Amino acid sequence: MLKYDEMYCASDAAGQGALSSRSRSSERGAASDVREHYRPYAKWLSRQNAEVMTARREEAEMIFRRVGITFAVYGDKDEDGAGTERLIPFDLIPRIIPAQEWASMEKGLVQRVTALNRFIHDIYHDQEIIKAGVLPSDQILKNIQFRPEMIGVNVPNQIYSHISGIDIVRAPDANGNGRYFVLEDNLRVPSGVSYMLENRKMMMRLFPELFSSHRISPVAHYPDLLLDTLRASCPETTAEPTVVVLTPGMYNSAYFEHAFLAQQMGIELVEGQDLFVKDNFVYMRTTRGPKRVDVIYRRVDDDFLDPQVFRTDSSLGCPGLMQAYRAGHVAICNAVGTGIADDKSIYPYVPKMIEFYLGESPILSNVPTYMCRLAEDLKYVLANLKDLVVKEVHGAGGYGMLVGPAASSLEIEHFRKLLLANPDNYIAQPTLSLSTCPTMVDSGIAPRHIDLRPFVLSGKKVQMVPGGLTRVALKEGSLVVNSSQGGGTKDTWIEEV
Amino acid sequence: MLSRTADHLYWMNRYTERAENTVRMLNVHYETSLFPLPENVAKLGWQGLLSINELLPAYTRLYGEVTPQGVMDFIVKNEANPSSILSCLRAARENARAVRGALTTEVWETQNQTWLEVNRRLGDGELEHDPGQFFEWVKFRSHHSRGVTFGTMLVDEALYFMRLGTFLERADNTARLMDVKFQAGQRDFMKSAKNKDQAYDFYHWSSILRSVSGLEIYRKVYRDVIKPERVAELLILRPDMPRSLHFSMNEVVDNLGRLVGDDNQDTLRLAGKLRAELQYGRIDELLATGLHVFLTQFLNRVNDIGSCISRDFLLPETA
Repeated sequence: MLKYDEMYCASDAAGQGALSSRSRSSERGAASDVREHYRPYAKWLSRQNAEVMTARREEAEMIFRRVGITFAVYGDKDEDGAGTERLIPFDLIPRIIPAQEWASMEKGLVQRVTALNRFIHDIYHDQEIIKAGVLPSDQILKNIQFRPEMIGVNVPNQIYSHISGIDIVRAPDANGNGRYFVLEDNLRVPSGVSYMLENRKMMMRLFPELFSSHRISPVAHYPDLLLDTLRASCPETTAEPTVVVLTPGMYNSAYFEHAFLAQQMGIELVEGQDLFVKDNFVYMRTTRGPKRVDVIYRRVDDDFLDPQVFRTDSSLGCPGLMQAYRAGHVAICNAVGTGIADDKSIYPYVPKMIEFYLGESPILSNVPTYMCRLAEDLKYVLANLKDLVVKEVHGAGGYGMLVGPAASSLEIEHFRKLLLANPDNYIAQPTLSLSTCPTMVDSGIAPRHIDLRPFVLSGKKVQMVPGGLTRVALKEGSLVVNSSQGGGTKDTWIEEV
Repeated sequence: MLSRTADHLYWMNRYTERAENTVRMLNVHYETSLFPLPENVAKLGWQGLLSINELLPAYTRLYGEVTPQGVMDFIVKNEANPSSILSCLRAARENARAVRGALTTEVWETQNQTWLEVNRRLGDGELEHDPGQFFEWVKFRSHHSRGVTFGTMLVDEALYFMRLGTFLERADNTARLMDVKFQAGQRDFMKSAKNKDQAYDFYHWSSILRSVSGLEIYRKVYRDVIKPERVAELLILRPDMPRSLHFSMNEVVDNLGRLVGDDNQDTLRLAGKLRAELQYGRIDELLATGLHVFLTQFLNRVNDIGSCISRDFLLPETA
């Protein structure tokens, strides 16, 4: 299979032993097999010795733990007795993206997110895209992510997905050149941006010299852009909106991020129990009595937002919230019902949406996708299971998927049955050879597969900070980068020219 | 500020203060136990430690016989004991974590690091091989947390709720400590009335003072040998002694005064009334009514003020 490494052109031994043998590594640092945009870094890396890097890694871990940059895993207890909190492994070697590549990716992201927002608005209003025959109506109306409660509801600026996490991977084409693909869109409550910010802070603390010798685009203004986006989304009932972050609470896996963002923006972090609705307005309980809330950056899933409308057993939301929302008295970010646009069964249609709504051709490509609900596609998928990745259309977090080349014949047979029983529930894609990036592992430095999640903000305009969160699959050969499945993260550098 | 946030801040500081006071008592007790004491007196001492927080029944259920090792284990690291130092530090840190956005980074990191470190120290067996060192460490983490709070927090509602928690807890803890120690003192006097041992007396009363960092203060204020009624006066009535009931209630009233609005004047009135009694009280009057009676009433009233604070600010009904 073709390989593509972000740092080395000759991918066979990509990154192997850059630190383990100093004499060899210094040769490598200057050697032409290092891609141009990585050369200064590679040169720097070749001058570091392994002990120092290991010490730096331990320092990073110590700081992350002290700062409490952890995510919760239910039912686990770690060695410190800290209950359910774990660190997401942080890798010291940055992923570097040349400025011109980023410029084109950024254009593609703006285009894609703009189209997705247009699509969601259309679906909950005139459904032109269905009328035009671009998308079969069953795909929408029978989709569990479709929220009939949202039909006809008008949201400020017609923006639904204010914060979008678009997962991008790079894979080699037939000539071995890397090409970016959008792997999936996350338009509900995408997380990870706090790691992007903390990773950068950590790198600047550990290796300040790298930042004086490289021109790396800053990302620290993300909370500012986010607050700007949220304020721009406020209902017409107020000019000076009160914005809050709604969290399911401190036992949620992303609690650190919720608290972090609230603090960075200087706004309240609320739980459902802190909110109540009176006369179709939302209030929070404060020490000085009720205070009206105008914009809710919610990190709670649709299902749990309002027990009067969605799951009745939810105590994470606020009864009456949907009514206040429909009355236009409060903004919910992201809007309710965005799941209809990031569902894996809708994903294959995104390029067509871009053409339909914007009259443009897509800048970023989709991964070719087989829709198992189509008889022809299903036939192909069943015949090629060992080469494909099969995903549940509503799944997330790396659960409920089959990675054909890594699966046992037993697992493949199991998925064959699942597919035959309920083909509508699955899509399949060729197993992409995700690009690798040199990564510190126990045995030294070795290539590991990575992806990238930029965070796209849509308010009065669509904007983002340069870069995103790079996730890395730490297990050798693994293609699954999710933190719940043993993935780690890296700092992501967009190098200005 | 969110009521829930105020609640977490208030309890974060109550638990931090409780951990500190517990360790203070334990430390002094541990040091005293290094002196040659009759076995029954030593045992009564350990038992007294348990009665301060009304923990004797729970202890007996879990450990049976009162032994120094048993009491130390129970008070320091037993997680079934909600007042153990480990439980307090956990609760303080959990409360901090729930509102970390309302704290400065330094305050949060202090709480978090204390929690990580206490687990490491207990895991390394520090309590067993060097209890003194462990106690010192806990105490200094509390100093650290106080310093970081004052050095970094904006002076606003959040800080007032934290201070309110600290001083309500301190008023409670100092009163409990005195109640137990004075009763023990009296009992021992009665027993050994004939040949009252001045040296023993000195160690008993000075241990109370040391547990509130008050020995040097006592010398400075009174320039006298240690007498029980002066110890009582120092710990109850002196407005300049930072761990006295009077000082604590001054802080409670001041911080409460900054927080109340028109609807909760009554809570402030309760606190102010209690403070006034300390402000205008005299030690001979208090001793005449009986110290135990006074302290029991004091504890009940502090408890009432705590309930009113919860009702007014922390867990209000839907408005």
